[in-house]
Amino acid sequence: MDSAALQGGFADPPVESARAFRAVLDAMARPGTIRRVTGAAPPAPLSVAAGVLLLVLTDRTTPVWLAPSHDHADVRDWIAFQTGAPIAAPGGAAFALGDWAGLRPPGRFPTGTPDYPDRSVTLIVEQTVLRAEGARLTGPGIAGAAALNLPETAAFAENRARFPLGFDCYFTAGERLAALPRSTRVEAG
Amino acid sequence: MTQSGQYNFAYLDEDTKRMIRRALLKAVAVPGYQVPFASREMPMPYGWGTGGVQVTAACLCPEDVLKVIDQGADDTTNAVSIRRFFQRTAGVAVTERTGEATVIQTRHRIPETPLSEGQILVYQVPIPEPLRFLEPRETETRRMHALEDYGLMHVRLYEDIARHGAIATSYAYPVKVEGRYVMDPSPIPKFDNPKLSDCPALQLFGAGREQRIYALPPHTAVVSLDFEDHPFEPSKADHLCALCGAEDSYLDEVITDDAGGRMFVCSDTDYCAERRAAGHRGDMAAPFEEAGA
Repeated sequence: MDSAALQGGFADPPVESARAFRAVLDAMARPGTIRRVTGAAPPAPLSVAAGVLLLVLTDRTTPVWLAPSHDHADVRDWIAFQTGAPIAAPGGAAFALGDWAGLRPPGRFPTGTPDYPDRSVTLIVEQTVLRAEGARLTGPGIAGAAALNLPETAAFAENRARFPLGFDCYFTAGERLAALPRSTRVEAG
Repeated sequence: MTQSGQYNFAYLDEDTKRMIRRALLKAVAVPGYQVPFASREMPMPYGWGTGGVQVTAACLCPEDVLKVIDQGADDTTNAVSIRRFFQRTAGVAVTERTGEATVIQTRHRIPETPLSEGQILVYQVPIPEPLRFLEPRETETRRMHALEDYGLMHVRLYEDIARHGAIATSYAYPVKVEGRYVMDPSPIPKFDNPKLSDCPALQLFGAGREQRIYALPPHTAVVSLDFEDHPFEPSKADHLCALCGAEDSYLDEVITDDAGGRMFVCSDTDYCAERRAAGHRGDMAAPFEEAGA
């Protein structure tokens, strides 16, 4: 491990993670809303927003799976030092991180059990850009309809069909993030 | 050590807040489903809002303005002590005004003033499981939720009608969230149930002793259970507020002497005070109340 892994965490973790969590909570409560988060400086190709999500949500108790696009030694080192999260196989992952091509098919991750649908993976999907256009989103948290440029619609529509089982997603690009919980109905825009 | 030099920000350690935050996000993703969490001992007894306090602690930012109410009142022991707790451990600003607050922790009421986007309402919940008094086994109630097997709840409401001629449940009235999970809205009066649905604010529920967190995202459809021939009816005491004259707010009955004297006043103290400040007067209001008194 070189010293790069020691850099790029929060300077003031209690306060910065509180502010970042509120942005993340707001994004999850209002699917499709794009929020800006700051404070993390993770190694490439991790985006700032993905780094913030890892710092806010992961620790020793949350196995992380890295898609090939993000499975680099310096990313592993950074996660190990900054969060302590173990790297896991897809079937045991609490979080999975990467581009959509690398995360597909999402069926290999835990989607919860009928008794405990919360025991399911959270996907962090890195994108080049986030825009409020494209797929049409409706459901809890959305007054009327929202739009977000999802990488595809079929997988997310299928995910909704299995409710309350399923996975929940964050989409990240640079300092921006948006969320798509399993409760959202997704149609091609 | 950011605030007072004695407590971590918002009292809880970072591992605990992360664990609660993950539970909150899953709760938001599956509206109405009870997410188990590892509730901590808090420096107050169970039953005093330890679940709500932990949820509030996990959500608070230094910029927040916190309001705490107990049965609608800002000035009761429970509300005052929780407000002071967060002033001391998180250094946040506090208010009694519903409109000024960004986070509102509540015990058993929803404020009368409509909530807005950007606000978070945190409920203190004693028994989160709506089926608990019908089926004591957690394994069974989990399975009933999984199978969407809510017949027993309808039987309970039906037995109310058979016995009393109407649904007698007046608080903690069960609701169905987005057509899927039956949820206990905490012991709010059923008068407040319509405010749960399509609310622009995020609603979070924390049960400390029972170790459960659940949530209603904004603009979520929440329906109070009922029957076609016995529709749900929100109810309140059939009076006006004796202090502010409000006819649309939930009222507390206050005994004033030992000769049957009583008065009905708004349970929401902020709503009542704001109405009086705006010049509204009820039958028993002080005739020459100073502005802002």
